[in-house]
Amino acid sequence: MADTDPTLALPLDGLHRRLGARMVPFAGYAMPIQYVGEFGGIIAEHLWTRTSAGLFDVSHMGQVLLPLAEDTALETLIPGDITGLAIGALRYSLLLDETGGILDDLMVTRRAADLYLVVNGAVKTEDIAHLRAHGLTVTYRDDWALLALQGPLAVTALDRLVPGVAGVSGASSIADLRFMRAAAFTWNGHALWISRSGYTGEDGYEISLPAAAAEAFAEALLAQPEVKPIGLGARDSLRLEAGLPLYGHDLDTTTDPIEAGLQFAISKRRKIERGFPAADALMARLHDGPTRKRVGLLIEGKLPAREGALVFSGDKQIGTVTSGGFSPSLGVPIAMAYVNAAHAADGTAVEIEVRGKRLAATVTPMPFKPKNYVRAEGAPT
Amino acid sequence: MTLYFTQDHEWLDVSGTSATVGITDYAQGQLGDVVFVEVPAAGTVVAKGKEAAVVESVKAASDVYSPVSGTVTEPNPALAEDPSLVNTAPEAGGWFFKLTLSDAAELEGLMDETAYKTWLATL
Repeated sequence: MADTDPTLALPLDGLHRRLGARMVPFAGYAMPIQYVGEFGGIIAEHLWTRTSAGLFDVSHMGQVLLPLAEDTALETLIPGDITGLAIGALRYSLLLDETGGILDDLMVTRRAADLYLVVNGAVKTEDIAHLRAHGLTVTYRDDWALLALQGPLAVTALDRLVPGVAGVSGASSIADLRFMRAAAFTWNGHALWISRSGYTGEDGYEISLPAAAAEAFAEALLAQPEVKPIGLGARDSLRLEAGLPLYGHDLDTTTDPIEAGLQFAISKRRKIERGFPAADALMARLHDGPTRKRVGLLIEGKLPAREGALVFSGDKQIGTVTSGGFSPSLGVPIAMAYVNAAHAADGTAVEIEVRGKRLAATVTPMPFKPKNYVRAEGAPT
Repeated sequence: MTLYFTQDHEWLDVSGTSATVGITDYAQGQLGDVVFVEVPAAGTVVAKGKEAAVVESVKAASDVYSPVSGTVTEPNPALAEDPSLVNTAPEAGGWFFKLTLSDAAELEGLMDETAYKTWLATL
């Protein structure tokens, strides 16, 4: 089907096809949903990432640079503290519209010479237009690829390949780089920008590099015994278990940071100084409590509930599933939903309607699977 | 026993007026890891080309159509316990349901194994 769809090829397209990936259209690109072979398939790829190290091609995401001096201008569009961010530190933030709706979620890294943003592939064109419309000087690096190496053995595999090179944030080796920190490294003469971050709930790295060097670097990673290629299917099941929202599903312009449970993305200084979109309304909602909340649901039985399934308490519809699937680590169906605040407390029993049947479910703290991050000593958890 | 196939990747094993229905190895490969199968109860009347069962993979739910019209006589009880049989033995232990044919003439439009494999090669 990818042959007839108007999809673009990613830098690693040829490698994915050689590895036997099943390619599907996603965010305008042909992307690997899963691979073949003994370690292929969503469940096997998911479990491999949880126990070893999985390599994900996330080059569909938008990599964007802004001049460092535009940090204050960026702060008018997002609720994160960017001016106060240390060099080499990352912050998860949200691009908000004038009503406080979420235009996108993104990562912002403060670097010595610029701000490095990673935005979602499906909305990167809109994001760039939004930033430019607000006077920001956007450089879109579509000549860079982005890889993620995730899992408890990611550090072992990457440390073997990328010998310690002093980075701008003082990290002298891959292993010294702590969660939500990034630095410059090199491999075979190619510049790598590596952050200790990801979207699986596991320890791991995201590696930005010139597209021309991506295939050789990916093959070098795949040659490590700890590393297997992982497709988009397992990326989705891993992030769902980790309780991480997916833009366009769990977040959009009709959801705000408070009901999404992302109030941590409103930095302390910004709560006081405000000056981000809909700041007064969002701070009032934070104070009063939202009318609905994003929650995790653990479902009884084996039938998964999918996006769009309605959530009930008795006869009353109290919410809607925004992401749902099967948890390979827990062996049960799990979901994320927005439910009325009165039904959002952990342990609340609800029902989800799937094809005329009611599934029993329980509001459950997220992550469903505990996160496994390697933080700096004394860093907040 | 005669095997028939559909372009929706279901197979039908016919013996007299009764038949067993499942999905092909190609279909299970496209679906990926199956985690739940909803099969019709005995007595359910199914129509050719209409939804008869639902397969849930990790990622998504997919309809399975009945290759012919008829009345379900037995759903596969093993799928409730082990839905991954659809992946490991799609054309054997991973069958979906058995039915009694209501119109044997409907078989004429289906492919035999050779025709199905030839057609698969063109996909």
